[in-house]
Amino acid sequence: MPTAIEVKGLVKRYGPLAAVDGIDFSVPSGTVFSFLGPNGAGKTTTTEILEGLRRRTEGEVRVLDLDPWSEGRELHQRIGVIPQDFRFFEKITPKEAIEYYRTLFGTKVDPTALLQQVELVDKANSRFDTLSGGQKQKMGLALALTNDPEICFLDEPTTGLDPHARRAIWQVIRRLKREGRTVFLTTHYLEEAELLADRVAIIHHGKIIAEGSPAEIIQAHGKPERMTVVGSPALAVYLQMNLGTSAVVEDGKVSVTLKSKGDALKILTAIEESGLPWTSFTTTQDTLEDVFVRLVGQMDEGALKSEGTP
Amino acid sequence: MKLSHIGADFRIVMRSYFRNPVALFFSLIFPIILIAMFGLIFSASGTGAVTLVVVNEDHNPNGVGYTNVSVQFLAALNSTSVVNVRLVSVTPQNFSNYLGQNGDSTGMIVPAGFQSDYLAHRPVNLTVFTNPQDASAGGTVLGAVQGVAAAFNLHAVCSTGSCAPVIGFTSENVGSQVYKYIDYLIPGLIGFAILTSPMFSMVDIASSYRKDGIFRELSLTPITRAEWLTSRILWYVALTFVTSAIMIGAGVFLFGAHVTLTLGVIPFLVAGPFFFVSLGMLAGSVARTPESAALIGNIITFPMMFLSGTFFQVSLMPPELQAFARILPLYYVIDGMNQVMLFSNASRAFFDLLVVLIGSLVVFMLAVRLFKWRDE
Repeated sequence: MPTAIEVKGLVKRYGPLAAVDGIDFSVPSGTVFSFLGPNGAGKTTTTEILEGLRRRTEGEVRVLDLDPWSEGRELHQRIGVIPQDFRFFEKITPKEAIEYYRTLFGTKVDPTALLQQVELVDKANSRFDTLSGGQKQKMGLALALTNDPEICFLDEPTTGLDPHARRAIWQVIRRLKREGRTVFLTTHYLEEAELLADRVAIIHHGKIIAEGSPAEIIQAHGKPERMTVVGSPALAVYLQMNLGTSAVVEDGKVSVTLKSKGDALKILTAIEESGLPWTSFTTTQDTLEDVFVRLVGQMDEGALKSEGTP
Repeated sequence: MKLSHIGADFRIVMRSYFRNPVALFFSLIFPIILIAMFGLIFSASGTGAVTLVVVNEDHNPNGVGYTNVSVQFLAALNSTSVVNVRLVSVTPQNFSNYLGQNGDSTGMIVPAGFQSDYLAHRPVNLTVFTNPQDASAGGTVLGAVQGVAAAFNLHAVCSTGSCAPVIGFTSENVGSQVYKYIDYLIPGLIGFAILTSPMFSMVDIASSYRKDGIFRELSLTPITRAEWLTSRILWYVALTFVTSAIMIGAGVFLFGAHVTLTLGVIPFLVAGPFFFVSLGMLAGSVARTPESAALIGNIITFPMMFLSGTFFQVSLMPPELQAFARILPLYYVIDGMNQVMLFSNASRAFFDLLVVLIGSLVVFMLAVRLFKWRDE
């Protein structure tokens, strides 16, 4: 699969501060790549460097085999960008905005068809300042698609939107992928990344701390799957003695780690055989969000400890 | 530069403008209010003293200051309280035209040798200029000059015993047409609109579009900064034509202003917005925040708004301020329009236009260079 974005040793410094501190990743064409990180982690800086809006300090960046800074004009013909909190000329309607972009890009896109794609056709003639937050983002999305881009950069496209509007944007992202476009998505919502992304990179303090498919990241950094039943501490002791595995008691619940799927049956059998009272069993697994919170937390703790060391 | 890009952006600006009632008010209604307000305030003829513009050629032999007798004569005229003497430095040959061009209906030349002739009892003649169209001012001045001259002659008689009058005067008409305040007000207020409308809005746009990320949006499209700025310039040129037509119409119909409408006005209605759109963009680009942008805009705009001949002719200001006015770009726009619309002085208008055009090119290039829509 050809590569849409290739980043090697990317550094961006603002004075002594390294906002992006030597990161590497690549995004295969036609995939959804999600870039995650807490506020100030370096997400937007990296995204803007990829979009050709910001100059890098060091490293190699190729987007569609172009240098985003020195070949920005050529690149912009082939990418679409929706910034966080998209703003436009207040008195201009979505239809007029698309006609404007169409002339600038020299394309022949039909404004109505494009607005249908992003489910904004009923607001085609409403002025930008009368649109809701979700409608404004949809208009941004429509504009980003005016030039039929090969890569779409979406910077937190659903932040602040209601669940319905978020789902509408997700539909569009899924369709972009079906159409074979590459999507570079930064988001705060881990659930969104887990649902939409083929690959995810987590950036923190300017460094990538995990990269892979959501499943790979959870497997590599998450806790193993656990079975939990509501039961007494005596049940925990029984399970430990009979299964030779540790059982944790917390808030009247007993949790046992599953090493394999087959363990579930063995544990349930042992619980039944104990004759002790128990109710409702569940199995739980870390989500991307759990892994994210843990990884970021561990890194911050580590940083605090090393700061405390004399 | 692609015309299609400029055209597409021009349509966006035009639609934004027509959908903004405040902008429409300031472009279409405010000019009429301005003309009406200033026209009413200043066209009413005053009942106070008549202003007598005086050229005093009678300098002291060492060249510093004026002779005692000439100063006393003018002070005596002032003390009549019907005449208000205003000294100007103009050559006697140009004085008549000067009066006409500046809308002054009375003037007087005190000749060189006035004091020595007076003291030696040699006849000496003052030249008094009056305008037949303003007979009452002319009558007042002639009466006052005659009265003061009689008193000075009497004084000379007393000291020598001779009865021959020493100071006499000849009367002449003020040269060329006399212009009224409203005639100057029209080019002045067109200049005012050329300055304020683009300056205030471009300074605001430069900083607010950057803050809102609109420049970022545009930087991701094929439109260039020069194309974008050109579309804004064209919009303000179009707006200036409309505003000027409204002002000229209001001035002529409401106050009977005299203006010569020739094609020569058009270059100023193009070059003026060209300069001030670029300057507004430049000011907005160097500022880091919308607040500092507004401050820089005001620092540039306000002195020009009052000192370039907008509401008051530059020639009526003290010499220091007149010198200052000559470094203000708007001065050349308004002076050029005065030369075309009032005095039909093509060569001076051409000079003014050249100054504005060269300035515009420099400021436009600086603005395109300094205004960045992506970050380093």
